[in-house]
Amino acid sequence: MDKSDKKTTRRDFLFTTSYTVGAVGLGAVIWPLIDQMNPDRAQKALATTEVDISQIEPGKSITVLWRGKPVFLKRRTQEEILEARSVSLEDLPHPEKDEERVKSGKDEWLVMLGVCTHLGCVPLSNKGDYKGWFCPCHGSHYDLSGRIRKGPAPKNMEIPKYEFVDANTIKIG
Amino acid sequence: MSEQEYVPKSKAGKWFNDRLPLLSLASHLTDYPTPKNLNYWWTFGGILTFCLLTQIITGIVLAMHYVAHADLAFASVEHIMRDVNYGWLIRYIHSNGASMFFLAVYIHIFRSLFYGSYKSPREIIWIIGLMIYLLMMAAAFMGYVLPWGQMSFWGATVITNLFSAIPLVGDSITTWLWGAYSVDNPTLTRFFSLHYLIPFLILGLVVLHIWALHVPGNNNPVGIDIKKPSKDTVPFHPYITIKDTFALLLFMIIFAGFVFFAPNVLGHSDNYIQANPMVTPAHIVPEWYLLPFYAILRSVPDKLGGVILMFGAIFILFVLPWLDTSKVRSAVFRPIYRQFFWILIIDVLVLGYVGAMPAEGIYLVLARVGTVYYFLHFLVVLPVVGYLEKTEPVPLSISEPVLSGSADYSMAKKDNEKI
Repeated sequence: MDKSDKKTTRRDFLFTTSYTVGAVGLGAVIWPLIDQMNPDRAQKALATTEVDISQIEPGKSITVLWRGKPVFLKRRTQEEILEARSVSLEDLPHPEKDEERVKSGKDEWLVMLGVCTHLGCVPLSNKGDYKGWFCPCHGSHYDLSGRIRKGPAPKNMEIPKYEFVDANTIKIG
Repeated sequence: MSEQEYVPKSKAGKWFNDRLPLLSLASHLTDYPTPKNLNYWWTFGGILTFCLLTQIITGIVLAMHYVAHADLAFASVEHIMRDVNYGWLIRYIHSNGASMFFLAVYIHIFRSLFYGSYKSPREIIWIIGLMIYLLMMAAAFMGYVLPWGQMSFWGATVITNLFSAIPLVGDSITTWLWGAYSVDNPTLTRFFSLHYLIPFLILGLVVLHIWALHVPGNNNPVGIDIKKPSKDTVPFHPYITIKDTFALLLFMIIFAGFVFFAPNVLGHSDNYIQANPMVTPAHIVPEWYLLPFYAILRSVPDKLGGVILMFGAIFILFVLPWLDTSKVRSAVFRPIYRQFFWILIIDVLVLGYVGAMPAEGIYLVLARVGTVYYFLHFLVVLPVVGYLEKTEPVPLSISEPVLSGSADYSMAKKDNEKI
């Protein structure tokens, strides 16, 4: 060690350690203030919804509220399923097979969040250029599998976590 | 400011002023030398102060009767309208006051654009002003959510979803903003809290805005510096106070016209339907003062791109003092810039119009042209015109065009010699 290199003093060390401890302490105080804005326990408690689907005819759909958002449950006809599956993946901005968006063996049931992936509006059913859904806010068109085909939305409508409890009941969440 | 040290006349006043120089401050504000050629476009600072105080006072009163809860908010607003004594008046002043506030701030901003008030040495005044404008937009947006009508709910949904365009962390940020998995009661309560906070932040920035203004002093219609304070300026009181008051009265007539004769004309009827998370109204539009930015957002076919351009349209104004390369401040002496100024006004009005229309067909084309031109104006036109433009000669001092009745350079010079 050269003498001219000896620039780090005891005081510098104290400054650095004080700033570091101070920053950690400040962060520890700020975090609760930030995290309090995340969904609370009451919000998380609403995380599952059971739906009776026995009354839905083929070709019809219902909308239920889950976590404050609408969920579309559509019972598709055979023609609609065939049409959704006849689309080439190259024509899709967000390529996903129709088979990946339904439970196998329950192909007629399309269960998805009724929320446009652009800015969160609720699309209208049986509208738009692809016979699926059309978002009136900024003009996104979705097909019979809820996949984005045209417009500003970047992604297909989201499939929530769900399961068939029995033949007539779907549990979302 | 070249001012003599103020000494209160009374002994008590002197005693107090030595300990807290509030009387010196009052004296500075009263005697503050103001360019004597200020026109009526300069009265909007005072009008805006009035608007801010109106919103704060009516807002405090409304908060005494309003209930920030998703199940009760809509009914509590109707309760204010029907049951509370003068509740209808206070609410209509508050809701129309927001529009009048933006009307005044847009005139104030375009005044600055025309007369080059944002240029050196007033960049900090301009930047603080833009921060106030951003806070105004945040306050107005959150305030519009509070009645919990359909437009409140879906406006909040669309605007908060803008943040979901941010890569990787977008969805977490949106959920954090909501405090839920969609716009819901936690969103409403926090918006109410912040809506109450922001006007006081604005008030603090207004103090800084005026403080920064009082360092170099006011710009003026000819855009030149004050040469001889005794000849070029008048004391703020009573000359400017009386002029500001007169302009304020005219402004209040228009304000009252809206409040008493057309209180809902600037609102949207869908907001008298209670929020329903299952149904989106067929046509969502923001309040009129945000329409140009909404048009820019919708003109881009890409989600993230639209959000970036929309915020970019506001943030580009922060670097305006450095994009405008012209040394001459006032557009009065800038024949080329003057024309581009009016084209920009038309461009912003067109964007506002198409922002209110459905995003399709000719409206989409107009929105795209308008968006491209908006950015061209700031990024290309301003820097280039500053270099190429041959500006007209500016007067030697403020007094000359006023005294000779002409801004003509040779006349001004001759008068100057005589004096």
